[in-house]
Amino acid sequence: MEIVRPQWKPPSNDIVSTLPLYRSAPALEVRLEDFELYAMDRLRVLKGISDGLSRGKKPEEMKNLVNDLWKVNMKHPQASEVFNKDVISHFVLRLVYCRTEDLRKWFLSMETALFRHRFRLLTADSQRALLAELGLPYKAVARAEFEVIKEKLVQVARSISQPIPSSDAIFYKVPFEEVPELVAGRRIFICKGHAYVAMNQVVSLVVTQFRSLLSKALILTNRKWTSMIREQEKDRLTPIVESLCSSYLGPDYSQPNEFAEISVKDIDLVAKSSFPLCMRHLFEKLREDHHLKHGGRMQLGLFLKGVGLKLDDALAFWKAEFSQKVGAERFDKEYAYSIRHNYGREGKRTDYTPYSCQKIISLTPSVGDHHGCPYRHFSEDNLRAALSRMGVNNGAVEDVMDKVRNRHYQLACTLTFEAIHGLSCDAGINHPNQYFSDSQKILKLKSHSSEQGESTAD
Amino acid sequence: MVEIDNGRDDMLIDGQRLGNAATDGFNANYLKLYYGKLFPHADIFKWLSYANDGKHPACDKSYFGRREFSFTLDNDIYLRFQSFSNESELENSIKEKCPFKIDIGPVYSVDPAKRHAYSQSGNNVFTPVERELIFDIDISDYDNVRYCCSGADVCLDCWPLMTVAIKVIDISLRDDFGFNHILWVFSGRRGVHCWVCDGKARRLTNEQRTAIADYFRVYKGNENSSKGVSLTGHALHPFLVRSYTEVLKDFFETKLLSSQNLFSTQERYEKILEMIPDESVTSEIRGKWESSKRSSISKEDINVVRWEQLKHTLQSGQKKAQGLRRCVEEIVFSFTYPRIDMEVSKHMNHLLKAPFCVHPKTGRVCVPIDPKHCEEFDPTLVPTLSQLLEELNIGGLRADDDNECDRTSLGKSLSFFRSSFLRPLLKSCKEEMESLHNAKLQQSKNSLSW
Ligand code: SF4
Ligand SMILES: [Zn+2]
Repeated sequence: MEIVRPQWKPPSNDIVSTLPLYRSAPALEVRLEDFELYAMDRLRVLKGISDGLSRGKKPEEMKNLVNDLWKVNMKHPQASEVFNKDVISHFVLRLVYCRTEDLRKWFLSMETALFRHRFRLLTADSQRALLAELGLPYKAVARAEFEVIKEKLVQVARSISQPIPSSDAIFYKVPFEEVPELVAGRRIFICKGHAYVAMNQVVSLVVTQFRSLLSKALILTNRKWTSMIREQEKDRLTPIVESLCSSYLGPDYSQPNEFAEISVKDIDLVAKSSFPLCMRHLFEKLREDHHLKHGGRMQLGLFLKGVGLKLDDALAFWKAEFSQKVGAERFDKEYAYSIRHNYGREGKRTDYTPYSCQKIISLTPSVGDHHGCPYRHFSEDNLRAALSRMGVNNGAVEDVMDKVRNRHYQLACTLTFEAIHGLSCDAGINHPNQYFSDSQKILKLKSHSSEQGESTAD
Repeated sequence: MVEIDNGRDDMLIDGQRLGNAATDGFNANYLKLYYGKLFPHADIFKWLSYANDGKHPACDKSYFGRREFSFTLDNDIYLRFQSFSNESELENSIKEKCPFKIDIGPVYSVDPAKRHAYSQSGNNVFTPVERELIFDIDISDYDNVRYCCSGADVCLDCWPLMTVAIKVIDISLRDDFGFNHILWVFSGRRGVHCWVCDGKARRLTNEQRTAIADYFRVYKGNENSSKGVSLTGHALHPFLVRSYTEVLKDFFETKLLSSQNLFSTQERYEKILEMIPDESVTSEIRGKWESSKRSSISKEDINVVRWEQLKHTLQSGQKKAQGLRRCVEEIVFSFTYPRIDMEVSKHMNHLLKAPFCVHPKTGRVCVPIDPKHCEEFDPTLVPTLSQLLEELNIGGLRADDDNECDRTSLGKSLSFFRSSFLRPLLKSCKEEMESLHNAKLQQSKNSLSW
């Protein structure tokens, strides 16, 4: 059995709270298998949170979701191991997710959401203990000051439909910079740079601290990873980390699915019926301009691979377009390679996986690029126009726009799916290839029933 | 035409650029003179150095040199990531390149001109570390509430919308957020820019900037759609209450109603009635107004009369429903509340045009606006490039080159910039530096005594 002993320094004191702050890596001995398993379990929790958020769940629903996810995935037969599993899995994922800006961003927001809801589930005593542990140097607002601003505090409470603070309510006075989310929502009274935070809003203070600690830690971890850990651990941890990083926890869309295999001649048809907006847009632009920039080629190319376009067909397909613009010769020289590359070479452990919505939404297309998620990256007008070209009716367009405004892009996409197919999509859209395969399933069913003469009048 | 005795400068300007002479007395030729004689290079340098000018032992000598400038040259050539290590480098480069527009970006972790050298080293060290908190408010975002102009046009009937925006934001930045060093600048054509320069404003993270921008946001939906205002909750937040009672309500009722004739035609008042979610109320009012159309003998302003009627109906006894009472406020907010370009404020690395630039389309100088007297500001009276050069010319040649500016109508703007903004700012920067320095000294003393 192989034992992994992390190289970092041990914590200076024993943490007793059930909600760790992950300040320093534990000096624990862990079996290599557990290392990976724990991380996978935690990743399931984070992934669940991410899905919940993108489906626009409310704070209360999120709290329950987090609670359930945690219970299901993070349990351990030995009670004493639960805490270790929590800490170890967190630190393993730090290694996995420290390596690019996008990964860090995702990890940071999911871990912060997780922390937020776990904090809310704590007892008042544990909450206070954690405040102390964070060393937040805030004193409660003194009586005299409280009386002076009481009227404003009441006003704020009424404006956000919270109970009116009683005369012995505790408020903390903190620099407004430390509670950005309360500032953003006008959920606090601010005066001369000081924010007056009610006891039930303290979670926001704690979360901000947690977030900034973790954010700094991730940058450090990244430095350590590139400067030493990767090399030191190249026979043990590094392969695990790399495979964790490339594993996508949903269904594996890198392998063509059950409806697999589409041929070049069918592409136009299925593009119209079953491509999500992001891919339709790329596809149409490619047909129009006979060219796509790198980001677009990757996003569409990998998607088509997932849809079931074979390598040879893919080459033919891209060549037919590009050669109209750059000539066949240049295509063979400059572009064919990367398409082959997308299909991965033999013997290579990782292969290029089609992008998930999460990934596409986090891309930052710039001038001349057509990749990215239209719900996120299009202007309102362009998005409206695109939706109506897809055949989404006006009412549904408004619903979609509403989701977009609240930044629930995948929900917006789900609504579009539902509007077009006339059926609900309970799982939500998480992956363009899922959109495609769900769409194909529905269409097959429909055509089936109409063949049998059972079709309803459309 | 302007004739100034400096033939040498003129010779440097190639004929092609002269051929490009733009509208209203703006051309590269004039601009060159402006940068040579009037543009306050030294003041801009002092400002953006924030007292890091080499005199105090605690100052950061690399500070100014890590600031990004970007120049837009004639023919839309765009030079980003320019940096200057001192005042004369800045001045020389501006004079030489004669940019149509100068933008100011953030202070980076390293000299932005050398960013490539750093990016090679692998660690992503090229990143913005400081930036003024900025706001950009543009009159063209108010097109659905003004009838006098549209797009980039602005007149004295709609400009007061900008005045109101300045007041609302300025008061809140000072009273709520506790900032002191705030510079408002005319953008040269159709709006205003705001620079919040306090140390703690410059050090805000993107997340904190976004929070402040959101604090100011009342429009539902997308930043740019400004569809309408929705005020929910049992009461308004104190910031909104203050904005409403101290600024917006009065402006709406005594100025905007009449200047924009908000109720004068059916088409216009329908737009307002649309904001009321109660059919019975709107049809009652509609009935009244349609029948009164012909019999309008009254001398009173019809806009005021109809607004009072509307208010009365919404606030009268039976219509007490919370939502309806809120309608009055929602209407006022929809028409008058500042419309900030959120994206500009949210990120450290957004560029913003430097004060005292000249707008290429109008030829007007981006002069500071005094928020305490912003209602007196008249965008149509802002000095233009050609006017300034003429004034210089009339003034003739005088011995002291330095004060040439004072002879022109730019002098007032410059002395306001210096006395009301720059001097207090530098004073507090020095104090901050001093106390930081002392704290450090104290610390090292302590550690010695250990
Ligand atoms: S939500 Fe996903 S599938 Fe839908 S358009 Fe965006 S990236 Fe594509
Ligand atoms: Zn006007």
